[in-house]
Amino acid sequence: MTEGTGTTWTCYDAATMTAREIYGRVLAEMGKTNPSIVGLSADLAKSTSISFFEKAHPTRFFNVGIAEQNLMGIAAGMAKMGLIPFASTFAVFASMRAAEQVRTDICYQNLPVKIIATHGGISFGAAGTTHHCTEDIAIMRSFANMTVIIPADGTETANAVRACVDLPGPVYIRVGRGFEPPFYESADYGFQIGKAKTVQDGSDLAIITCGIGVLQSVEAARTLKEADGLSVRVINMHTIKPIDSDAIMKALTDTRRIITVEEHNTLSGLGSAVADVIAESGKGCAFRKLGLPDVYSEVGYPEDLYAHYKLDANGIIDTIREVMKIEFEEDEDWEDEV
Amino acid sequence: MALTKEERQKLYAQAKQLRNDIVDVTSWAGGAHIGGGLSVIDILTILYFKYLRIDPKNPCWEDRDRLVLSKGHAAVAYVPVLARRGFFNVEEMKTFNKFKSPFGMHPDSKKVCGCDASTGSLGHGLPMAVGMALGARVLGKDIKVYCVLGDGECNEGSIWEALMAAAQFKLTNLITIIDRNRLMIDGPTEKVMGVEPLPDKLKAFGMEVVTVDGHDMDGLSEGIDKALAGKEKPVVVLANTVKGKGVNFMEDQVPWHYGSIDAALKEKAHGSIEKMYEAILKGVSS
Repeated sequence: MTEGTGTTWTCYDAATMTAREIYGRVLAEMGKTNPSIVGLSADLAKSTSISFFEKAHPTRFFNVGIAEQNLMGIAAGMAKMGLIPFASTFAVFASMRAAEQVRTDICYQNLPVKIIATHGGISFGAAGTTHHCTEDIAIMRSFANMTVIIPADGTETANAVRACVDLPGPVYIRVGRGFEPPFYESADYGFQIGKAKTVQDGSDLAIITCGIGVLQSVEAARTLKEADGLSVRVINMHTIKPIDSDAIMKALTDTRRIITVEEHNTLSGLGSAVADVIAESGKGCAFRKLGLPDVYSEVGYPEDLYAHYKLDANGIIDTIREVMKIEFEEDEDWEDEV
Repeated sequence: MALTKEERQKLYAQAKQLRNDIVDVTSWAGGAHIGGGLSVIDILTILYFKYLRIDPKNPCWEDRDRLVLSKGHAAVAYVPVLARRGFFNVEEMKTFNKFKSPFGMHPDSKKVCGCDASTGSLGHGLPMAVGMALGARVLGKDIKVYCVLGDGECNEGSIWEALMAAAQFKLTNLITIIDRNRLMIDGPTEKVMGVEPLPDKLKAFGMEVVTVDGHDMDGLSEGIDKALAGKEKPVVVLANTVKGKGVNFMEDQVPWHYGSIDAALKEKAHGSIEKMYEAILKGVSS
């Protein structure tokens, strides 16, 4: 990316820029028309790309230094004054170092603070567990009033950042380190917070996923169609809270086999949120959760880590083949299972 | 500006009524943080009845001054202050701690009219106040943000993060007042986890420090005036206080951090307050 290209984000950029770069540019652009937007970071302005906003609106950006509790407390105070703060740091610090400030200062008071957390999941590969974050979905979705979004790529990040400004309450958007390949070719696919997107239809099994899992799942579905003749549905559950129960229930009744794929501990993440909906419905299905199986992450290149934790297309294919072997009563009478 | 005789009389009379309210609320509530409520009450009285630009008839007035009670456990003092200032009916205080009451041990800004921030978890208020002061600057508004801290609370690292930021951003519209009553739950602050030399620490963090007697209205007024006049550095008013002030058997007593009182103790407490103010009010009338 070169200097002087301005802050206007285009579809071309989506293919060449990382999700966090797009975030920074979109925010800078939004700041031009919305004077209520202010930016905050904790010595990670460049790393999180909120520096694009800083450059465009220097009087509305504040770097609080390496002090994440203060970052969230200050964001809450600014929101109390009627401003819309975007606070950016790494996901691990936003969700854990400052968890109580996010919960008590921001969510309890239902303030419109937008937390854009980068380097989520295991995307910071070689940095290791201290800089990975495989707990944030669990933490953030347990805070009442919070909306939790994990976009599939840069294009969806741009859509999510634009859409979250209009929500009256707090939002947590988790993106990766920024080297994740793009999924969407155009921003115009009807993104709506709280509404899952079926990116590929299918009837034998449904993958419910978010973030990097979307692209990997679509690739897995394509291979399974060609090799095994399977019809696999891929649902991009970009909003984990509030979760789109209708999309889950439709997948359940249409396919009766569901797997979830997430860059998170399989305890209390997307898979658990989906399981909640299934369990409450009283209807059964074959079900598996892919993610980190309650372990701390290894060090390595992200792609090696994704393969290790079966979060890449190959891992997803293996899991689906196993799940397809599960036998159960395939009648149309749901009532006896309720 | 120095207090006029009328102001002085009014403020002490108001503080007397509020001390009696604290005792009443403690008895209605079945228990409260009465010690710290009695130490901070003069600070809250002078802020709400002299300094804060607020309008109880228009509690959400955007240009009002803000107050963050960072030591949120002093709700037993804060709720009577807001009631007497006209934000809600004083009778409502009788619901304190009861099922679905807007008033509990720690103030909820979504439920308590006039309360600018939900507090109670220590170390959270000052960062929020810094955000408010910064926000006022972004909006180009002449709004003062007052933040009242406990001294034990200064053990929290987030307080020092916020002080660093207040100095860095030169937030002279932020006035921090520390209720230095020298006691925390487990004992004297200097025994549990010392904060001294507090003035030096605050200065080293870029603050200007004004030390006052936190029960003397003239001292408090002088300190706050100095803070308001600050042009370069944000000012901290270090208010030396006595925990339990006004109720003789609670004064400087560790166990009265939180306590409940029966009818006999309540009468004794009111009697003690009456006695203390007999002398004070006589002094300020002469």
